Formats: sequence, structure tokens, C-alpha cells
Amino acid sequence: MSAPLLEVRDLRTHFLTRAGVAKAVDGVSFSLGRGEILGLVGESGSGKSVTGFSLLGLVDPPGRIVGGSIRFDGRELVGLPPAEMRALRGRRLAMVFQDPQATLNPVLSIGAQMALAVRAHEAVSERAALARAAAVLARVGIPDAARRLGAYPHEFSGGMRQRVAIATALLHGPDLIVADEPTTALDVSIQAQILAEMKSLAAESGTALIWISHDLATVSALADRVLVMYAGRIVETGPVGAVLRAPIHPYTRGLLDSLPAMAAPGQRLRQIPGTAPSLLAVPAGCAFAPRCPRADAACGAPPPEARLPDRLALCHHPIEVAA
Amino acid sequence: MLGYVIQRLLQSVLVMLAMSALVFVGVHAIGNPIDVLISPDATQDIRAEAIRRYGLDLPLWQQYLAFLGRLLRGDFGTSFVFGMPVLELILSRLPATLELALAAVLAGTLIGVPLGIYAGYRPDGILARGIMAVSVLGFSVPTFWVGLILILTFAVNLGWLPAGDRGPVMEVFGVGWSFLTLEGLSFMLLPALNLSLFKLAMMIRLSRAGTREIMLTDTVKFARAAGLSDLTILRRHVLRLIAIPIVTVFGLELGSTLAFAVVTETIFNWPGVGKLIIDSITALDRPVMVAYLVLVAFLFVTINLVVDLSYALLDPRLRRGGAAA
Amino acid sequence: MSGFWREYAENRIALLALLVVAVLVGAALGAPWIAPQDPYDLAGLDLMDARRPPGHVGSGGYVHLLGTDAQGRDLFSAILYGLRISLQMGLVAGAVAMSIGALLGILAAQAGGWVETAIMRVVDLQLSFPAILLALVLVAVLGQGKTQLVIALVAAQYAYFARTAYGAASAERRKDYVEAAAATPLSTARIVLRHVLPNVMPPLIVVGTVQVANAISLEATLSFLGLGLPPTEPSLGMLIANGFQYMMSGRTWISVYPGIALIVLIIAINLVGDQLRDQTNPRLRR
Repeated sequence: MSAPLLEVRDLRTHFLTRAGVAKAVDGVSFSLGRGEILGLVGESGSGKSVTGFSLLGLVDPPGRIVGGSIRFDGRELVGLPPAEMRALRGRRLAMVFQDPQATLNPVLSIGAQMALAVRAHEAVSERAALARAAAVLARVGIPDAARRLGAYPHEFSGGMRQRVAIATALLHGPDLIVADEPTTALDVSIQAQILAEMKSLAAESGTALIWISHDLATVSALADRVLVMYAGRIVETGPVGAVLRAPIHPYTRGLLDSLPAMAAPGQRLRQIPGTAPSLLAVPAGCAFAPRCPRADAACGAPPPEARLPDRLALCHHPIEVAA
Repeated sequence: MLGYVIQRLLQSVLVMLAMSALVFVGVHAIGNPIDVLISPDATQDIRAEAIRRYGLDLPLWQQYLAFLGRLLRGDFGTSFVFGMPVLELILSRLPATLELALAAVLAGTLIGVPLGIYAGYRPDGILARGIMAVSVLGFSVPTFWVGLILILTFAVNLGWLPAGDRGPVMEVFGVGWSFLTLEGLSFMLLPALNLSLFKLAMMIRLSRAGTREIMLTDTVKFARAAGLSDLTILRRHVLRLIAIPIVTVFGLELGSTLAFAVVTETIFNWPGVGKLIIDSITALDRPVMVAYLVLVAFLFVTINLVVDLSYALLDPRLRRGGAAA
Repeated sequence: MSGFWREYAENRIALLALLVVAVLVGAALGAPWIAPQDPYDLAGLDLMDARRPPGHVGSGGYVHLLGTDAQGRDLFSAILYGLRISLQMGLVAGAVAMSIGALLGILAAQAGGWVETAIMRVVDLQLSFPAILLALVLVAVLGQGKTQLVIALVAAQYAYFARTAYGAASAERRKDYVEAAAATPLSTARIVLRHVLPNVMPPLIVVGTVQVANAISLEATLSFLGLGLPPTEPSLGMLIANGFQYMMSGRTWISVYPGIALIVLIIAINLVGDQLRDQTNPRLRR
């Protein structure tokens, strides 16, 4: 296998607030091959979104990447001059956000917004930029795309707006798209559509995808591999099928048990007791220990790696997996 | 859209009616309205004739209707001091005020908005703090004092610019304008600068607040993720988003500048409407005062209307659905 | 309260501004004792001393620190007394406008219905109208004098207080405990005094601080235009106006020193007001 498209090593993104240092991302490592789809799963506040923003160099102050490395196609992104980072963003690395209502500018026509994104990287005429926008809009399934370029975001439905955002991300045929819960704000029926379309678009163009979600079910329908985050750290990673069938980490087990689809009919959903820790005061040792049914005195120390072929979990008391 | 326009037009007419009633009542409250309409040194015969002519012997509501009728015909009476119809008098002074106000508001906006956007983009920088200090000064230092200092500095000490008066004007369509000649501009520069300082401060504050808020939104983050440079984001996204409050303030300020022009015009001896009203107040030229009030009210209502309608043009969400939001 | 003060004191500029305001108020109060001359005593003036530059030793045998004006008044004394009048006008007008505005605003919020609509329509209409214009017209109609001036300033400013009080009071009215109190046999007056007023006061005081500065500025402007107080009791604005005609001939001090006193006062009050607003604005607290 050739060198991976993306290799993240020990990434640390901290927020230096008045109340203290919030370690939103604290030592995250993973890699991603070309065209691969990675699901990044965790509760809100687990650091999954900040991980995504870190990849594109879009962490707002007081947040800052304080350590680690992000190698993208052989190039180190941490510490890259802002102008060079900007040249990569939108062209080779793109991002789609959660709420299309909030991301699209309400007072610019979608054609104008997309043309700006085209011309951010290519010195083409406005007319050529609009033609490109129309072509990509048609690809994401917007009917009569050329004529709708003059329309404004409020004239589109939620699903259509998100398609516009996805089209904007696809404009330059990027190598990687980071999608931060792009279907959460949409109706369930639209969610499935967008999901399927994203998958086929990625496959078609060979684009790798990092799909950030709090929802294991969504990820299972889409991703090749899954990465579970808790309190700024990765707790488990592996092929999506294997992880879902037999999780090693008790936290992953807990997430699965709280899914409606996983529970037997009539049975109550089992929520994980307690709440995620404040990122300002992550417990020493295993951060999940206070909520973990398997925790004991040993969990006060940093958890060891529990390895299986192609899988990894950080836990003192991993769940045994039948080989 | 059409329904919205009609609705706003009707509202404006109502407000104008209310304002005219207020002025009417005010005129009655001040004293016998006949004193407002004719010169105090008129003879008894003229007085009696005027009472009949203006229908002051009729019931109050009929008088109000007659008053409205005169307003609609533009009949505000005759100035005691100038001996000419008030409307004509005010209209003859309007161009001077108009060009001064327009120059001031334009300068304040064209300079203030970029400064404000920058201050909002880098709120903690030294330059941003300097810009904000200018805006605090512009807000709190009284206009007349700034005018005084301008005269002292540029006219008295440096001798670069004239200290007052309008200087030569160039006639276009029978109206004299200062901004068309270089010499005229030299007379206009100081008063326009004086008048624009408050607008500058306001535009800085407004665009800074808007920019700060917008820079934190997902719209900006998404534009950044698409690789847009910060300059493009500020010029295309942020500017369009803060345009609505700016246009509003631009319109309202154009109106209120007519009021503030009172001070500037007096200091710089600029022969506009503001100077006229001060002279009329000092000379107790009441017809001019009444006419000025009604016209200013009319101006404010019109500007509010125009501002609301341009909202609809700038905000596509309002353009459809009519009166929504 | 001590926490509030500590937070205030953290801002050096605001602290300095407060100190300046205190010094100026002290100087205005102590004017009769500090000033070397009573500027209102026309018999004590000597035209020989007119328009002397700062540092001149006049017929009174003392140094005119800031020079003299066209009547031979010691400018330093005139400024102290002018400060007195300007502050007096600003504070009285501010207090009256605050009382009337608060009353109307709370009344509108409490009464609701057509009373609310009527009051707030008038207030909003007036807010869109420049304050200085209204004051100008009123002074023109009412004539000159302290009372007339205060009336004009109040009329020009009460609407700001009414808007503020209305906003705070109607926000308060929707809160559960006020609604609960309204259901008990307590009188409306008691509810307003106990529950509404304490919550309306902080924003009113913030607006009040800024409006006192505005009133002083407005009074100075009117006086400068010759429409403020009678010339027998010159406020800072009138002192500046009096010196204006001598400025062209290079006798700049007659206008400039009263002007400096005026803007220092206004800027200092505004800075105090800004800090108070920042400290009471929940949106800025993170």
C-alpha cells in the first residue's frame, strides 16, 4: 500500500481560555488512505469537530494547535504559512458544515457564493465560474441548476441547501472532504438521500471522506473505518463492521446500546450514565472511568493499548472479543 | 412586494397626518395662530382680513382641514424678514444644505465603513484601538467645538482654507452648487469635514459591531473552508451582510444631518436651511419655523419610507413574501 | 458592590475618567472659594483687563492663569462658574428626564394595551427625530432662561429613558416571579416598587450617565448658538461663543480654554458611562 493521503500524529488542539486550558483534542493519531471513508464518532464536546477544523487550519482563537503533526499528501500542515494553507483549503481539502442555513450567506445568490469559491483558486471569468458552479450543482442533484444560480438560500429547502454546500466543497475536486454532521439538521428522509449521494460522489471522484457524527448508525451506513473519540482522545478505532459487531471499549459498547436500532423491540434503551467530563478538567488516567461499568482502581493510570489485528482500543479492561 | 409598498405608503401618510396635527396644535398652543401667519406690526384691517382669509373664525376641525389644505398646496405664508413666500425661501436655501449633508454623510460612510470593518476584523490590534478612540471622540466632542478647532487650525493658523461663507457657486439648472469648482470645494471642505465627524464615528461603530459578530458565524467559516482569502470574505460576504444596517443609518443620518447642519452652518456661515432656521428663530420669523418643522417631518417620513423599501431590495428574504419579518 | 467596584477599577482609563469627573465636579462646587474673581459681579470687572493673554497680571493684582475675556473677566474664574452652570443644567435635566422617562416607560410596560401603544409610538417617533432640533424649536418657542432650557433638554431626552425603562420593565414583567406577585393581593404600586424598579434602575443609570453628558453638550451647543441661557450667567457654551469672534485675530484662549474644560468633562462622563454599560451588559459577560 502506498503512503496514506492523510497521516495525523499526536494532534493536540487546546483552547486557552480564562477559566483554564481546554484540551479539546489531546493526542489524536490516525491515518486515511485515498478514497477511504472514515467515521469520526463521539458525543458533543468529545473534540471530534475541533479535530476536523484542525485539519483545515480553521481553529479560531483562543484555540490553537499546540502539538503534533498533520501530514497531507506528504506535506506537513501544522505550522504551514496561512497563505499556503488557504491555497489548499477548498482546492484539495474541503469541508461541509452541520447547518446549511447558517453556512450559506443569506444575502448572496448561491451562484455568486459558488463563483467566489471557484475564483478563490482559479483566475477564471465570472461567467466561467458560474458555468462550473452550475455543472457541479447538477451533479449533486439540483434540477435546472443553471437557472437556479440566481436564487437565494432561503428559496431552497434544507436538503437542497446542504446539496449546495456539498457542491461548493466539490468544486475543485478535492482529495479530502471533512463533513461535520452534515445531515444532523435535516429531515430523516433527506438524511438518507444525502448520505447515499455523498457516498457515491466520493466513490466516483476518488475523494476521501471524514464523516463526523454523534450517531453510530449513520456512520455504519457509510464509513469503511470508524474512530471513536471521548474527551479529546481516541478510545477505539477499527473497521466499521468489526467495531459495531463487537466493540472492545466499554464506551463504544455504551454508544451502541443507546442506539434504538440495536435494542430488542420493547426493551428500554440503555443510556450511558453520567455526562462527559468538562474539557477543562479531564480525569487523570482513563477519562471514561467515572462512567464505566468495568472501571476499577487500575483505571486511574493512563490506559494501555488493547490491540487486535487492524483494531485498537485504549482500555484497562477491554471487552473480550471472540476470535 | 407591491402590497408591502402600499402598506408602508399608507403608514407614512398616517404619520404625516399625525405630525401635521401636532404642528397645528403646537401653533395654537404657542398663541394666537394669526400671529404666526401675519407680521406683528400689521394693522387691524389686515388682521381682520387675515382672520377671515385663514378661516380662524371657523371651528377647530375645519381650521385643521384648511391648514392641511394649505400645506398640501405648499402655502406656508410669507416670511416677515425676507418678505417672500416661505416655501420658495426654504427651497432656495436647500441645495447648499443638501450638498453639504450629502458630502458629509458620503465621506463618513466611505471612510468609516472600511475602518469599522477593519476594527471588527482585528479587534485587539493597535490600529483598531486607535480607530475606536477616533470614534469615541467623534461621538462625544460637540460638533460646534470641532468646527471651531477646524477653523482655528486650517483657516487661522495654517491659512490653507477659508474660515467660512460659501464662496463662488456654479449654476446648473438654475441652482448654484459648490462642489463643481475647485474653489467652491475649498469652501466646502471644512464644513463638510466638521459635519462628517459624527457620521464617521457612527459608521465605524456600526460596521465594527456587525463585522465582529459576522466573523464568528459559520458563513465566514464556510467561506474560509472554501479557500476564500480574508480580504475577499470581508469585501464580498461581510460587507453585504452589514449593508442593511449601514443603508438604514445612511438614510437616517442624511435626515438628521439637516438638523446638525444647523450648528455647522452657523459656525461656517454657510447659507443653507440650518442657518436660515437659526436666523428665523432669532428674528421670531414664525412662518419659516412652522414650514421648517413640517418639511423636516416630511423629510423624516420620506427617508424612513425609502430606507424600509431599500431593505426589501437588499434583503432577498424580504423581497418575496412582502411584509414578513 | 465591592466586586463591581473592583471590576470598574481594573479599567485604568475608566478610573482616570472617574477621577477627572470628580475633580471637575469638586471644582464646580468649590468655585466661589477657588475662583479669584466673581465673574457675575459686573462692577468688579475692569475693561482695562479685557482680552489679556494667559499669565497677565491684571488690575486685581493677581495672575490671570488662563487670560481674560472681552469684558475683562478672569477666564479661570469664568470657567469654574461656567462648569457649575453646565453641570447643574446637565444633572437637573438628566434627573427630570430620567424620572419622566422611567415613569412613562414603566407605565407603558405595566398598563399594556392602548396606553402602551400610544406612549411607545410617540416615544419611537421622537427618537427618530434629532434631539437638537426639538430642543431648538422649544427654546425658540419658550424663550430663554434656565427653566425653559431644562424643559427643552428634558423634552429632547426623556424618550431615551422611556425606551430603556420600557425595555427593562417589559422584560421583567414576563418573568415568573412578577407574574406570581401580580396574582397576589399586593398593589400594583408595590409590585413596581419592589420588583420592577430595582431591575429597571441599572440600565437607566447607564443611559443617565451618557445623557447627562449629552445634555451638557446640547446645552453648550444651544448656548453657542445664542439660544441657551441669558448672557448674565454664562455657561461654558456661551463663553466659547463669546470668544469665537476674537479667534480670527489670534486671541484664541478666550474660546479654547472653556472648550477644553467642556470636552474634557463630556469625554470623561462618556468614558464612565461606557464602562458602566460594559459592566452591566450581560451580553458582554462570557
